[in-house]
Amino acid sequence: MNNQNIPQDFLIVNAALLPLSRRELIKGAGLTLAVLGGGSLLTACASTEQNAAPLVTGQYLRIGTDGIVTVISPNTELGQGAYTGLATLVAEELDADWQQILVEAAPADVKLFGNPAFGGALQGTGGSTTVAAFWEPMRKAGATARAMLVAAAADQWGVQPGDITVKAGVVSHAGKNKSAPFGELVAAAATQSAPVNVRLKEPRDFKLIGQPAQRVDARAKSSGTAIFTQDIKLPDMLVTMIAYPPRFGGKVKRFDATAAKAMPGVVDVVQFKTPLREGVAVLAKDTFTAKKARDAVKVEWDESAAFVMGSDAIMAQYKALAQKPGLEAKKQGDAGKALAGAAQRIEAQYEFPFLAHAAMEPMNCVVQLNADGCQIWNGEQMHTPDQATIAKFLNTTPDKIKINMLYAGGSFGRRGNSFADYLLDTVAVAQAGAQGKPVKLVWTREDDMRAGFYRPVYLHALKAGLDAHGRITGWQQRIVGQSIVKGSPLDNGAAVDFTSVEGAANMPYAIPNLLVELHTTQLGVPIQWWRSVGSTHTAYAIECFLDEIARATRQDPVQLRRTLLADKPRHLAVLNAAAEKSGWGKPLPAGTARGIAIHESFNTVVAEVVEVTSRDNGFKVDRVTCVVDCGIAVNPNIVQMQMESAIIYGLSAASTGAITLKDGHVEQSNFHQYTVLRMNQIPTIEVHILPSTNKPTGVGEPGTPPIGPAVANALSVLTGKTYRQLPFSGAGMHIAG
Amino acid sequence: MMKLNVNGKELSTEAPDDTPLLWVLRDSLNLTGTKFGCGMALCGACTVHIDGAATRSCVLPVSAAVGKQISTIEDVAGNPVGKAVQDAWIAENVPQCGYCQSGQIMSATALLQRNRSPTDADIDTAMTGNICRCGTYVRIRAAIHRAAAALA
Repeated sequence: MNNQNIPQDFLIVNAALLPLSRRELIKGAGLTLAVLGGGSLLTACASTEQNAAPLVTGQYLRIGTDGIVTVISPNTELGQGAYTGLATLVAEELDADWQQILVEAAPADVKLFGNPAFGGALQGTGGSTTVAAFWEPMRKAGATARAMLVAAAADQWGVQPGDITVKAGVVSHAGKNKSAPFGELVAAAATQSAPVNVRLKEPRDFKLIGQPAQRVDARAKSSGTAIFTQDIKLPDMLVTMIAYPPRFGGKVKRFDATAAKAMPGVVDVVQFKTPLREGVAVLAKDTFTAKKARDAVKVEWDESAAFVMGSDAIMAQYKALAQKPGLEAKKQGDAGKALAGAAQRIEAQYEFPFLAHAAMEPMNCVVQLNADGCQIWNGEQMHTPDQATIAKFLNTTPDKIKINMLYAGGSFGRRGNSFADYLLDTVAVAQAGAQGKPVKLVWTREDDMRAGFYRPVYLHALKAGLDAHGRITGWQQRIVGQSIVKGSPLDNGAAVDFTSVEGAANMPYAIPNLLVELHTTQLGVPIQWWRSVGSTHTAYAIECFLDEIARATRQDPVQLRRTLLADKPRHLAVLNAAAEKSGWGKPLPAGTARGIAIHESFNTVVAEVVEVTSRDNGFKVDRVTCVVDCGIAVNPNIVQMQMESAIIYGLSAASTGAITLKDGHVEQSNFHQYTVLRMNQIPTIEVHILPSTNKPTGVGEPGTPPIGPAVANALSVLTGKTYRQLPFSGAGMHIAG
Repeated sequence: MMKLNVNGKELSTEAPDDTPLLWVLRDSLNLTGTKFGCGMALCGACTVHIDGAATRSCVLPVSAAVGKQISTIEDVAGNPVGKAVQDAWIAENVPQCGYCQSGQIMSATALLQRNRSPTDADIDTAMTGNICRCGTYVRIRAAIHRAAAALA
């Protein structure tokens, strides 16, 4: 292999490693991983003109003398529109032209790129925080650069800065008939001192924020030129595929690699071990050889400590636990007393399976070890914890772990792994057998689906007490399941892991006597957050239970929620808009019913109303009306996209999603067994964004929680049955195409 | 050594006969726009055109593609239908993570090459083999209609 085989874009990606001291920035200014807003992929390298003196304001922005505005994104672009959103914030305050904007991946450096939503102590993407967290910092970067460009123009033209206007990347003075594009002013602007307290625009003056700007990655991702980890090819790079234990916790007893090693193109077969797991890895010169050889390695596993339970046994254990009080996650009033004295009591248990994320790009990673650390190429989501974990493994310091953040082919939480699982595997394999060459770990779909790190199994046991008028007087909710955070580096020692109870412990409904309890279980199944985390199950349990109460007391589900949300104006506005936009209460054809659910997650409130039609052996979701309050919608088109995305993702899980275990073996391996929604199963989706002048809140995840319960509630209207076990397919309710 | 016709060019590979075309394209010919998603023709991320027909390259042995016209995402804009599809994809902001979109575009282009005014049912039939976990299906449908209108 020679350098000509490296995709040209790789060289550009590499610029993400440049230290961002100002001097280095200048040196590397022309090397950018870049997507031109609405235009073509910029592949230009080191333009000497730009090297001259870019204007750099802080760590997030530099403007070249060629007029190119480069926004440096600390967070990953995994489909949610982070790059476009952050660029919009900068461009707005800078008054740049959208066509001159580029976005570049930041290196891993928590001091410069820590996420403000995590107190700046962690660089990473999660919790639907990107736009909300960088709402001020990115706009300040833009406003600062604008002020410096204006000051430079004022000096050159001998005018007052206040008389200068900036529009679409051009600085102008009407009186003197002067104007200059950014590029011409950059050198002079770079010598201006940055303003101390730069003023940001009032929302009424926004020109880009609130508009549907073109995604900055649309062209690259529509032409096959966007570079994902899977596409990285380095000189002398080896591909590794790994034989993992067939059950979680299995260990390598011995292995026979004779057949594998005899295959042309196989370089080595090595055993490796990380603090998390172990396996046998094949190192080969290409992917298909690596796969054939991996499948030919005969491994004898020591399963003496392996996890051998089945899904049924896990749920039986959880049901037994739910009989007993758990740790208090929320207590107001006296729920026990209210239940004891209730005129009517309603009880229900809801069961949730393991779920795989099943991102389209199976997990993968490229690692090159060097003398004192390593360099990583990855659809990186959790820079700081990954650096720490890998540094510990390599007995070095986090700053020696260089990370190239690439486009991620989906994540839905999977790439933000608290243990750096697949990164660490790659590092360990590189250490065990790559002899200094770069190594790319490729997972097959089967590897990805069977590797664990699922949304945990949960059980919710609910009891409600009602008075003679059908009003809820008491509510007890016992939640049973594994904690995503406990035992991970993010464990803060709290007895109750909030991610297990979020959405329930802080439910918005006015319930006088409320008790939410938690049993945190321990199983040998690796688990992880999955798009909307705790709300994936709490929203379903609460919203279905409310409808069960509504049916039992002959109340309209919307009216019941209105009553319970009387002192929550934001929720009420979303609920009322959803009812109005969906035509709630209007007659429907026979065999069609509506269902509703509303939920707040990541500070965003979403309500969804579905129209569902009965079909033979199942149902069809015809229409979804989604109303969202996410504060200011920085790019309403991306908000709409994320609602569509989250609805389809959540509907997929509720309809057919389940990872099941038999004697500890994962029963699903690929998309024929873990089925996901396809084009023919998709409802019409209408998204309504409530106008707001509040700061932006989360967008990537909050559309997911309401869809499952909204559909279940409609199905209950249609069939008179309850849907207390997910997915619906388990109850013989199949989503029709 | 096998000779392949890829995007109108004669290219050669030393990959074994049973290597799936996908890995020859990606590893041997450095055409990385075509993606690996499932390896079982279940997800469509690897879709290319073989003599104009949308084909899952992850299960097609390279030897079966010898003597045929192989066309990939890298060359999709080289024909008017593919260009219209790509333009529509950008205009509708279809991609989110983007990983499946090469395959989606190849399937959509094959559809429009044989049917210039597809109905929603035609789109369902042609596109149901392509999974998108970001749920861009709504926009894919809109983009196909947009491309059809542009080609009319």
